[in-house]
Amino acid sequence: MQLSEGREQLGDFRLRLGLTLAGILLLSALISGRLWLLQTRDHSQLARRADSNRTTDLPVQGVRGLIYDRKGTVLADNVPSWQLEVVPERVEDMQATLDELAEFVNLAPHELQRFHDRRQGAREFQPVPLKLNLSPEELARLEVNRERWPGVRVQATLTRRYPRDSATAHLVGYVGGITARDLAADEAGVYRGASHIGKTGVERAYEEALRPIPGTRRLESDAQGRRLRELDYQAPIPGWDLRLTLDSDLQRATEGELEGRRAAAIALDLRNGDVLALVSMPSFDPHLFVNGISHADYQRLLDDPGNPLFNRALQGRYPPGSTIKPVFALAGLEYGLRHPRDHTYCQGWFTLPDKQRRYRDWKRSGHGRVNLRDSVAQSCDVYYYQLAHEMGIDRLAEFAGRFGIGSATGIPLPAEDVGILPSRDWKMGALGESWYPGETLNVGIGQGYMLMTPMQMALMTVRIATRGEGFEPRVVQTRSRRALVREEPVVPLPRLELRDRRHWEEIHDSMVAVVHGWGGTARAVGEGLPFRVAGKTGTAQVAGLSQEDDEAPQLDDVPYKLRDHSLFIAFAPAEAPEIAVSVIVEHSGGGSAVAAPVAKVMLENYLMRCDGVVWRPWCLEADI
Amino acid sequence: MRLAGSDTMRREGFWQRLCLEPWLFGLLLLLSLVGVATVYSATGGDGAAAWAQTKRLLLGLVALLLVARCPPQWFHGLALPGYGLCLLLLVGVHFFGTEVNGSQRWLVLGGVRLQPSELMKILLPLALAAVLAPARWPVGWLPTLLGLVLIALPVGLIVLQPDLGTALLVAAPGGFMLFLAGVRWRIIGLILAAALASLPLLWMTMHDYQRRRVLTLLDPEADPQGAGYHILQSKIALGSGGWSGKGWLEGSQARLDFLPEAHTDFIFAVFGEEHGFLGTMLLLALYIAICARGLMIAATASDRFGRLLVSTLSVTVFVYVFINMGMVSGILPVVGVPLPLMSYGGSSILSLAVAFGLMMSIYAHRQNSSLQ
Repeated sequence: MQLSEGREQLGDFRLRLGLTLAGILLLSALISGRLWLLQTRDHSQLARRADSNRTTDLPVQGVRGLIYDRKGTVLADNVPSWQLEVVPERVEDMQATLDELAEFVNLAPHELQRFHDRRQGAREFQPVPLKLNLSPEELARLEVNRERWPGVRVQATLTRRYPRDSATAHLVGYVGGITARDLAADEAGVYRGASHIGKTGVERAYEEALRPIPGTRRLESDAQGRRLRELDYQAPIPGWDLRLTLDSDLQRATEGELEGRRAAAIALDLRNGDVLALVSMPSFDPHLFVNGISHADYQRLLDDPGNPLFNRALQGRYPPGSTIKPVFALAGLEYGLRHPRDHTYCQGWFTLPDKQRRYRDWKRSGHGRVNLRDSVAQSCDVYYYQLAHEMGIDRLAEFAGRFGIGSATGIPLPAEDVGILPSRDWKMGALGESWYPGETLNVGIGQGYMLMTPMQMALMTVRIATRGEGFEPRVVQTRSRRALVREEPVVPLPRLELRDRRHWEEIHDSMVAVVHGWGGTARAVGEGLPFRVAGKTGTAQVAGLSQEDDEAPQLDDVPYKLRDHSLFIAFAPAEAPEIAVSVIVEHSGGGSAVAAPVAKVMLENYLMRCDGVVWRPWCLEADI
Repeated sequence: MRLAGSDTMRREGFWQRLCLEPWLFGLLLLLSLVGVATVYSATGGDGAAAWAQTKRLLLGLVALLLVARCPPQWFHGLALPGYGLCLLLLVGVHFFGTEVNGSQRWLVLGGVRLQPSELMKILLPLALAAVLAPARWPVGWLPTLLGLVLIALPVGLIVLQPDLGTALLVAAPGGFMLFLAGVRWRIIGLILAAALASLPLLWMTMHDYQRRRVLTLLDPEADPQGAGYHILQSKIALGSGGWSGKGWLEGSQARLDFLPEAHTDFIFAVFGEEHGFLGTMLLLALYIAICARGLMIAATASDRFGRLLVSTLSVTVFVYVFINMGMVSGILPVVGVPLPLMSYGGSSILSLAVAFGLMMSIYAHRQNSSLQ
């Protein structure tokens, strides 16, 4: 081997070694650069992903707020119950397990459906409720056979209870199973892990206040989803407790009077709009809905001719009948068409000029000479036929609208109906027909197209009693959470201004005459009371029987469905009003016969209480 | 000539008696310790795996010491027969091999499971060095073609298994060997051009899962639960380590099983998660130091066989490191390449131990050469 060649060769080898080392360093720099990007620039983002890899956030359910009446009586609370849960990952054969379980607990189709629905969105290790609210018998049977099914467990939870059952079902409402749509709409995650949501009544209207804000249990879990340890715990925040404006005693007394009827009754505190009583009969057991109503139960409620799920107080539409007369009497004064001492001669019927048809008074023989007060006290129809004819439908509608007919009362409960305020425009829009003069006469006595809800009638009464003041009906007095108490706002209505404020007194006097005056239609109401009542009876015709027949039919001869509704509105004490009521009893005949006595019981129940009351004179006397 | 102190004399004597190069040996020892610690962490604090790894390392140490003591002439003589035998085994794998995960790599001979492709990683450089050492410099067409045939035979067989990763790892050192042996630049240029031109052909012959791995590299987020899962999780592991890491035994990605293959091919991600950017840089520096030391040994080796063998083995180690780190950090496709002396696994440690033993042997026996 030649030395020179060997040296040259060695030199070339070392050059190539150097190039190789340079290559190594170059590739190392490439790796270093890549690691620099990953470990410094992308660090925070990738660290977050590592954290979300290893942590699982589980919701911790809080407690739904309680609902009390104004005196602290519990209307809705939460009681312990047991529910059957299944952890899918620990069940080998789901269908076989469900079949076996069905022998021990009653599994309805809707419960199985709900189970399968909720399983869709859940992870395999999360328990899915199968049956809520186990009975003690079911609990005992399951407990004995507990070892048979791994992955099936009985879990203690809270379930909603309504201690007054059906009594407050229409006002308080109920909670029911949360739906997939509710969960989809829940962007803030307030319903994470929740099983129930308010469906009707206060439970729905005040859902945002009542619902708890769930806490979070942050767990570390591995790639298989097994939970290893708790990293963090955030306690849930309970929902607000609500104190309603409802007076349970008044509510109960009113219900007692209306038992077995199809009826609605409302009492408002006219000094602040508080809803003291809200009754719709018949009612239903709200517990049926809490843990999922069975098809049979639901069908039974739907088939009930009394329609117990229908909230008559807010959704029932009734012709106001004669209860509208004080408003139209006021309209006559305001438009200058009537003076209080003006007389109209009532011969028992009224005809439009150049027309043959007779519009009859409810009293066939007529009322004779009636002034404004007589027209209200005796509820003379002919006076209002005449007045309505002179006023015309436009002014009638305008004035009635000022008392809230055709518009919402603003009560903060779901699905309030607004009734119908008939007018030329309304008829053209709704029926596509022009207005006939005869229809004006019917509206003038609260019949025809005019429809009102009992809540609107109660608010109309407040507007009269307070001489144009009044408040939006208020259902919740205060909301409280722990030490924090918040008053719900009292919302005054825009004041009704009259041309002459003395007109209010004329109307008040005439409504007092209904109860206390000679010939008043509701004299029985005033008997034996230490305070004076201003009221108005009403009879809402369901069918136009009496217009054509010469003989007024006897109540018992008429089929139930065609009998008149009985209505009564009142406020008391007449001189310093505190409470306004409206009562409607379906298909029960004249207002004085059925509705007025109910109203009397309500007024008596509320106003005769003297504990701590000093402003009622009769209370002072009672003390002596 | 200066007089060395008696201490130095005694220490040099100690290393010489063991036929070891102290710097390289020390670096390897350090790397092995880091490896055991990381395997311990990657298996969730499981002492059994770390102990098994330790035993393999000790076995490797024995192999290294044994190989280091042998004179290089022995390897020179055994290189071509060994290569031929291994080639036969590779053919045997093709007909009698056991199938694991859809590819035939293993051969069971008398109860011992053998992966001939692993053996070839050592035997091909040996055979090439033996063939190229006597070639006239600068190396012309004939020896180059001979070398290419020696490379192509085993690589072709391994590709058929199919095991693209190993084929690449066998082929790459062969190429380096040709380069370092002094093949004319012109020929090198031609070979590189031919290789580039055949890339589309390679793509067309690739299996679906192999293509998917390459495509996954380009867009790992497209299928985060499937093919992209490995890369995504290892990037999360590395990235969440940040500057200084979460600390030993504190990496959640490996401990909670999010990172697959955490203690084998993806152990670098575990290390990166626990020791951060500083740790990965130190580890990379450690590997560079080992390779550089190997290249220095090659530069001072006394004959051409030794030079070629040692330099090629050093580069091979770095190729392993680069492919593994590139794969784990998501710039190369997922191929089954372990990180030298870190990844859990016996055959890789053993072949590395033999390789380093060869380097030690060349180093220890350099004085005996005629040049000295």
